[in-house]
Amino acid sequence: MKPRVLLENKQLEVTLKRLCYQLIEVHNDFSNTVIIGLQPRGIYLAHRIQKILKDILKKEVPCGDLDITFYRDDFRKKELKPNKTNIDFMIEDKYVILVDDVLFTGRTIRAGLDAMLAFGRPSDVELLVLVDRRFSRHVPIQAKYVGLTIDSIESQNVKVEWSETDKKDRVTLID
Amino acid sequence: MSQLSVNHLLGIKYITKQDIELILDTAKNFKEVINRPIKKVPSLRDITVANLFFENSTRTRLSFELAQKRLSADVVNFTAASSSVKKGETLIDTVNNILAMKVDMVVMRHSSAGAAEFLSKRVNAKIVNAGDGAHEHPTQALLDAFSMQERLGDLKGKKIAIIGDILHSRVALSNIFCLQKLGAQVKVCGPTTLIPKYIESLGVTVETDLRKTLEWCDVANMLRIQLERQDIKFFPSIREYTMLYGLDKKLLDSLSKKIIIMHPGPINRGVEITSDVADCSQSIILDQVENGVAVRMAVMFLLAGRQ
Repeated sequence: MKPRVLLENKQLEVTLKRLCYQLIEVHNDFSNTVIIGLQPRGIYLAHRIQKILKDILKKEVPCGDLDITFYRDDFRKKELKPNKTNIDFMIEDKYVILVDDVLFTGRTIRAGLDAMLAFGRPSDVELLVLVDRRFSRHVPIQAKYVGLTIDSIESQNVKVEWSETDKKDRVTLID
Repeated sequence: MSQLSVNHLLGIKYITKQDIELILDTAKNFKEVINRPIKKVPSLRDITVANLFFENSTRTRLSFELAQKRLSADVVNFTAASSSVKKGETLIDTVNNILAMKVDMVVMRHSSAGAAEFLSKRVNAKIVNAGDGAHEHPTQALLDAFSMQERLGDLKGKKIAIIGDILHSRVALSNIFCLQKLGAQVKVCGPTTLIPKYIESLGVTVETDLRKTLEWCDVANMLRIQLERQDIKFFPSIREYTMLYGLDKKLLDSLSKKIIIMHPGPINRGVEITSDVADCSQSIILDQVENGVAVRMAVMFLLAGRQ
């Protein structure tokens, strides 16, 4: 079946802007807040959010990349290739916004919460995702900021593409 | 490819170039981990590893044990000196008894060449060879390659000299296999008596003049004279060996380019290299030790991850 486009171009831009304004409502000037994107695909969204926030707030919010391969509970069940972790700040007593592109079973986020602790004890952690696949959770994890909520079945796949690596910004549902 | 092609790490001989690259890539991630404030990841929390050291070791054993602990594995240690091996138990019995206690991985050093391979065919656990006689020492070769890559980038076409007691060295053999698979040129240098007769069949060149070798190479890997393995006299005296094959600061500074100095340890200061060479800025001996932990973490992580 042909992939169904869920978000694209202008629509996606509006969604990202909305997420940023929602973040500003809570975090004001981001004086004690950092963003952490989860490898491999969450980092593009995290850096995009950082860029939009910079346009609005005229300041750079610290943004790091976190790899969670070594913290996964399923690393013996499938092939996993570690990616780079790049966090050059401590998160001790900081407000952390954890960012990933798709929230599905919640296992990645669980591993992310574990992995994050190697960089300190945050005061508060929130989760931001672009796509929330409802009713598919294996662990009790919910996102505070959601770009788009969809109902999908397990065999389907949500693909998020970014112009940085895939030429265009697009979210599609593949059967 | 993000999986090894083998179930055990018995030697560099048995693994492919892709395996080596995968291990070195993964080690980069672990090097970042061990430089964090919290140096531990939970990847191997369900794995028990037995370190069986039938032969003395400080660095390798500590390095493996640290790597296992940083990966959250459970560790049991065994040294032959304080065990029932002294009462006449065979290798296979010793290991089977340890495996009966539900051990998933065995890291073994043994004085007989082929001990690790022998074990891998007879017991049901992942085997990592931590040195078998004068045969192979694969993790040392991998950490050497990793340390060289950190300084030189891609090793293709780079010139590496291995200097000293090649005949008794498992480090030399593993290094030759590893560097050749990565496309480097290898030269061995030492007194004729300490160079294996057919070493050229491995595709390396042989040189007996230290200065010529040093002028040629980008990296000099200085090996220790393994007196404990030498049952006959291979050279007249240590003093004469030092005069002909010892590297001092004067010789190093007189070379036309700045080469990198490596040593797998333990160093006999004043024999193969002098203290001022071992501690100078061209020496990456302590980097090798640091990288050893990261590389061993990568090896055990990848072996445990194999389905």
